[in-house]
Amino acid sequence: MSTPPKVNHQRRNLVIGTAAAGGAAGLAAVVPFVDSMMPSERAKAMGAPVEVDIANIAPGERLTVEWQGKPVWILHRTKEQIDSVAKSDDLVVDPGVEQAQQPSTLTGNKLRAQKPEFFVAVGVCTHLGCSPVFQAESDRFYCPCHGSKFDLAGRVYKGVPAPLNLVVPDYVFLSDSKLLIGTDKKEG
Amino acid sequence: MAAEKIVTTTGLLGWIDERFPASKMWKEHLSEYYAPKNFNFFYFFGSLALLVLVNQIVTGIFLTMHYKPDAAFAFASVEYIMREVSFGWLIRYMHSTGASAFFIVVYLHMFRGLLYGSYRKPRELIWIFGVIIFLMLMGEAFFGYLLPWGQMSFWGAQVIVNLFGAVPLIGPDLSLWIRGDYVVSDATLNRFFAFHVIALPLAICGLVAAHILALHEVGSNNPDGIEIKKTKDPVTGIPLDGIPFHPYYTVKDLFGVAVFLFVFAAIIFFGPEMGGYFLEANNFIPANPMQTPPHIAPVWYFTPFYSILRAVPPLFQSQFPGVACMGLSVMLFFLLPWLDRGAVRSVRYRGNHFKVWLALFVVSLLVLGYLGTEPTDVWGRFSAGIPVIGGSDVATWAARVLSVIYFAYFLLMPWYTRWDKTKPEPTRVTW
Repeated sequence: MSTPPKVNHQRRNLVIGTAAAGGAAGLAAVVPFVDSMMPSERAKAMGAPVEVDIANIAPGERLTVEWQGKPVWILHRTKEQIDSVAKSDDLVVDPGVEQAQQPSTLTGNKLRAQKPEFFVAVGVCTHLGCSPVFQAESDRFYCPCHGSKFDLAGRVYKGVPAPLNLVVPDYVFLSDSKLLIGTDKKEG
Repeated sequence: MAAEKIVTTTGLLGWIDERFPASKMWKEHLSEYYAPKNFNFFYFFGSLALLVLVNQIVTGIFLTMHYKPDAAFAFASVEYIMREVSFGWLIRYMHSTGASAFFIVVYLHMFRGLLYGSYRKPRELIWIFGVIIFLMLMGEAFFGYLLPWGQMSFWGAQVIVNLFGAVPLIGPDLSLWIRGDYVVSDATLNRFFAFHVIALPLAICGLVAAHILALHEVGSNNPDGIEIKKTKDPVTGIPLDGIPFHPYYTVKDLFGVAVFLFVFAAIIFFGPEMGGYFLEANNFIPANPMQTPPHIAPVWYFTPFYSILRAVPPLFQSQFPGVACMGLSVMLFFLLPWLDRGAVRSVRYRGNHFKVWLALFVVSLLVLGYLGTEPTDVWGRFSAGIPVIGGSDVATWAARVLSVIYFAYFLLMPWYTRWDKTKPEPTRVTW
């Protein structure tokens, strides 16, 4: 290829400028399509807090409720179950509860709960999102997908695929028997 | 401007040829496309992949006439197809068996490339288009697997989308963007349906066209890995070892199609679930976001890569290394044309280094594939009381060793192919 002898630079710059502007406009046109795939206003509104009656959870029993489409557990811990948490200190990655997996007011709280007898957590494994099962006989939660284990404060065991503790959501006690999950304020 | 066009056909075909290159394309791609005459068994799988693609598109079109991409109706609409639509069971089983058949023929097609060095210069672009088709196929299979909205659909999608969540910095937003919701939900099902029935099939068809055009530009490789274009008839200019694709290979491929369809039909009619490998038992339970099934595993064609994911332990409180290794295990195929430094293309003239590494690669792929279908403690029960590495997690350790072999096959290739003592290539093809 040989360059034509005379190049009209003014015309060429105009062509380059037009192509650049057209390209930028083309890229900008991608934005609405990409953004249309983010959660819609309706999906966002579904994330509202849920109110739970905890009066009927017997000690040692666990209730599962749905919040933002995810399972949230409320475990009514017995005295023995509360004690089991301290015993697992050597087995877990983060005995001092320093990972930011709970509302900041609970950081450093080994039981990871506002009231020791009620443990509230999102029942979703921090590995790849399966829902662990409650193994009451061995005082732990066990994820069937890839074998991750958590103690009864949701602290992750060493040497398992999950890297982080179970998430403790924001919640507030409206009364002794009413729990509001998904907010830390009594007024919605 | 195009040169003056000479049309020798007459009548209706002549009228068409004046306006559209019908005869020209027929000659270029079939009746005067000269392929090496020594094609063997492994050369059936390209045309079979095309056949399965057509099967998937045709059965897919008819399934969409009855399927409903809505979380409230999806599971029931699949059961409706199975029980109440005339021949719905047949069309659905053709589609679900076709998915597994697609991966079987594509894996054999790719293995052919490894055996005979079909990815090497000047066929790098054919190979790259092929690997992209393979990636798209994996996406297509993954999106399609969510549609029945069973327990495995739901939890499989949950795990795979969360893989993207492990990407540093953008991960959480990326997985939110893919799902379109905070969990796998109706929004996710609806968009996966769009990807599965239009976006990816369109892309796959375009890439298949590019794959074949690139092949016909440089010509087919063969089991000897030598260029048939080097020895041409001095008068006609046709390669001496080449035969026209049509009728020779169209007829050969038709025979392959007949044998394939025997096996395909036998599976559809007698074992469409293939003992839980083609259709998993848990997927006959509707999706339940509150409860994970006790054992989840991907469909068999993803399990080697899934095993690699599981084998890598988390680093720095992040499971990204495992995700990255799994991604890399597929992406490495792209680099093959440049990793292979061998003096010859075909395994027939390679030395022992290459043969041993290829065998190790195949074994590690198969065993990783098996381990991926089982829980990580699958071999633990055999070792009870016997001190072995990893104790009950011996299978995890096996997967780690096999993953290293898998990667070594690629990453050491520049050295072992160069050091290999190769045999001299013949000048003409053998068969």
